[in-house]
Amino acid sequence: MSMAHEITAGFMPLFDSAVLVAAGEMGFAAREGIELKLQRETSWANIRDRIAIGHFDVAHMLGPMPLACSLGLTPLASDTIVPFSLGLGGNCITVSNAVWDGMAAHGAVADLDPARAGTALGALVRERAASGREPLRFAVVHPHSGHNYELRYWLAACGIDPDRDIEIVIVPPPFMADALSAGRIDGYCVGEPWNSASVAAGTGRIVTVKALLWRNSPEKVLGVRKAWAEEHPDALAALLRALYHSARWCQDPANRGELAALMARPGFLGQPEAIQMPALTGRLQLGGGVERSVEDFFLPFDKAANFPWKSHALWFYTQMVRWGQLPHTPQNLAIARDCYRPDLYRSALKPLGVALPGANAKVEGALKVATPVGSAGASLVLGPDGFFDGQIFDPDRIDAYIAGQKNA
Amino acid sequence: MSTGSLTILVIDENRIRASIIEAGLRDAGHRHVTVVHDVAGIARRIAEIEPDVIVIDLENPNRDMLENMFQLSRAVKRPIAMFVDRSDQASIEAAVDAGVSAYVVDGLKKERIKPILDMAISRFNAFSRMARELEEARSELENRKVIDRAKGILMKSRGLSEEAAYTLLRKTAMNQNRKIADIAQSLVTAAGLLGEGE
Repeated sequence: MSMAHEITAGFMPLFDSAVLVAAGEMGFAAREGIELKLQRETSWANIRDRIAIGHFDVAHMLGPMPLACSLGLTPLASDTIVPFSLGLGGNCITVSNAVWDGMAAHGAVADLDPARAGTALGALVRERAASGREPLRFAVVHPHSGHNYELRYWLAACGIDPDRDIEIVIVPPPFMADALSAGRIDGYCVGEPWNSASVAAGTGRIVTVKALLWRNSPEKVLGVRKAWAEEHPDALAALLRALYHSARWCQDPANRGELAALMARPGFLGQPEAIQMPALTGRLQLGGGVERSVEDFFLPFDKAANFPWKSHALWFYTQMVRWGQLPHTPQNLAIARDCYRPDLYRSALKPLGVALPGANAKVEGALKVATPVGSAGASLVLGPDGFFDGQIFDPDRIDAYIAGQKNA
Repeated sequence: MSTGSLTILVIDENRIRASIIEAGLRDAGHRHVTVVHDVAGIARRIAEIEPDVIVIDLENPNRDMLENMFQLSRAVKRPIAMFVDRSDQASIEAAVDAGVSAYVVDGLKKERIKPILDMAISRFNAFSRMARELEEARSELENRKVIDRAKGILMKSRGLSEEAAYTLLRKTAMNQNRKIADIAQSLVTAAGLLGEGE
């Protein structure tokens, strides 16, 4: 049977590719007339290259990556847009047992509280510096990633300069746990299941999670080559509808077992089902026998998780500026703002008669509790969306936000 | 300046492919070629070698780490950009198709880099072809073995000659629009299940 549309999608073996993977494997794409060809990749650089030269039409991408491509921050940059987000949250910060012991000596307790853990880490960092020891080395998955920016945000808010007081290196996700146990790094920020992997091996402790640093914050997105999107508006709209249905299926607790089994297959994550469950349930083993449940740990659908908020893109932009990746100019700001495309999300999903946010951007960190919002059609609940340090990001006051950012 | 004065670093975990590329570069007159199989400690190696061109296979999951390193002035003295000229779309596509990527020092002339990239692309393609042919030869051998076993089963259970057994397999395959090896495999599996060992 031939389908109306044929779409090739690249993805990395990470749990948050689930919405894209399930769209292809659980029949959601086929129901929209799409033959979705999923291709696993080994690096974000490969995904970027293959999108740029047209091997892939769309791909699972780090949220800031389409900005970096459109802003020309990477080799082989090409205009890439984001009409759909693949989920909120899902990352943790994990440290070695030795670093954890040092943090515990400075007051850290295994409760995931970012402020307390950060204060303890700061004391440890200063103690090491005073005794002339090498700075701690943390790893993230990519310089243009939510992981890099949230790790830096946490450190800086706790008085640790991420460039001066510690070292940050890049390590591919599947190698994180090995690098930690071999002592090549002292800690890392990565998505699941690569935090639980270190805890299961007894070589690391989860000290805090993305959902507590910035609740309901953006992570992976669907990156689309802009030229392809413009040439194939119907195929793109059909794909967004398929992804919407897939995301709702992924969020449903009744499907957790089936989703974990799907992602465990060798062609996708190739990791045991049991190790996928913390991402699905939010029940994390932190190490040392401590278990904690985190609300909204990873949301593939709820809280308008799939809406490509321009305020998310703009927050990533402010962090690129903050850490010296690019200068703040009106041109750069406009490119960043135009990269996320809520208009395409709305027009594709309108026929479904489902809840759609009415605004393109929101003030991040303003919602203290889950809040029903006005939307076209059915009801929609957003937030809470607070930053752990109580800061507010108002996308209409970018200059003031950028000016107010400090490195530590 | 002769082409031989460029310093080239090849990063490839596949030792055979790396040596094929290295040989190609040396044949083309490049005398400063270094091959690295393991990226552990690569920052120090790059700082020592100061390569003008870095060739790396696309299967290497460490590309993100390497690209980040290239952008940090601490690890690499000079900025390194991918390929020479973004406008050279055809050679970029050829490289990605072949599974190879290259980074070059900014400011190097295109005509000095192009032959190196072209050579790497053709050697990568030659290696893939070789690996494919090897795989085909291996599966051909496997097929022949399973067909022989299926023939044996038919000869024994139905008292057919070898030729008649093969003809029956071939006819069945044609009727069902499947490969003889598939039919043979099904027969061997079924015979195993029914306990009709050879």
